[in-house]
Amino acid sequence: MTIPKKVCLQIPMLPDMELAATKTAEEVARFMQFATDSIDEIKMALIEGIINAFEHSKSSDKTVYIQFDMQDEELEVTIQDYGTGFDASQKNSIQLFQKRGYGRALMEALMDDVKYFTSPNGTKVVMKKRRH
Amino acid sequence: MSDAFRVHSRRDGQFAVISTEGYINNLAGDKIVEEFNTFVSQDVKHFVLNLEKTQLVNSIGVSILIEVIEKVQEIGGTLSFCRLAPIIAKTFKIMGLTQYATVFETEEDALAAK
Ligand SMILES: Nc1ncnc2c1ncn2[C@@H]1O[C@H](COP(=O)(O)OP(=O)(O)O)[C@@H](O)[C@H]1O
Ligand SMILES: [Mg+2]
Repeated sequence: MTIPKKVCLQIPMLPDMELAATKTAEEVARFMQFATDSIDEIKMALIEGIINAFEHSKSSDKTVYIQFDMQDEELEVTIQDYGTGFDASQKNSIQLFQKRGYGRALMEALMDDVKYFTSPNGTKVVMKKRRH
Repeated sequence: MSDAFRVHSRRDGQFAVISTEGYINNLAGDKIVEEFNTFVSQDVKHFVLNLEKTQLVNSIGVSILIEVIEKVQEIGGTLSFCRLAPIIAKTFKIMGLTQYATVFETEEDALAAK
């Protein structure tokens, strides 16, 4: 029997709880033998995805659901909230000295692929990082 | 959490050196601004931010550092960073901070500049 290589986490929407998820991400990526720089990039993208759910989702269960799916050549990280969703097609590029709005651009710069599945029932961000 | 944020600072000639310890989130960003404002009220214009003991940041914390850079420009001063972990250097680059603040390897290099 093949072992399903998935790690699941539930994070309460409490200050700095995103750091708990970065610890798990670190161990999962290390298990997959990612390079240190790649591990740090995954952690940073994860922080941004989680704080977006904390800050913007208006979810009533106040929980973020995270899944690490260890595939052969890449790690797939899913960040799910059951909030109210948003229009993910409205993307902004970074303007010098803008006050906010860096999170999504960072996630895209640091990961190989970032996709949003969002509806009035919540948002799921699926990010992929190849081991290279 | 375990990674409680702390900030330390000292004067070195015309510079104020502000050193951080721990995760730079929004609250940490505000603490850095407080420290910075204290020095500005003492007429300090040149700043070095040493992030040696910070491994993680988030974009909200870093965007507060952008406000610090703006204030430094308003007072005709300088701000440089040193001891950046590779991921933090990369984040700063993506967010555009490196266009207005110099990044040095060490605190000595930063203090020797200008
Ligand atoms: N999980 C989410 N739920 C609802 N809205 C979201 C979510 N993630 C992102 N957003 C929306 O996308 C916008 C851009 O996010 P981001 O680039 O991280 O910038 P910021 O968080 O600084 O506003 C947010 O302001 C918010 O409107
Ligand atoms: Mg954000």
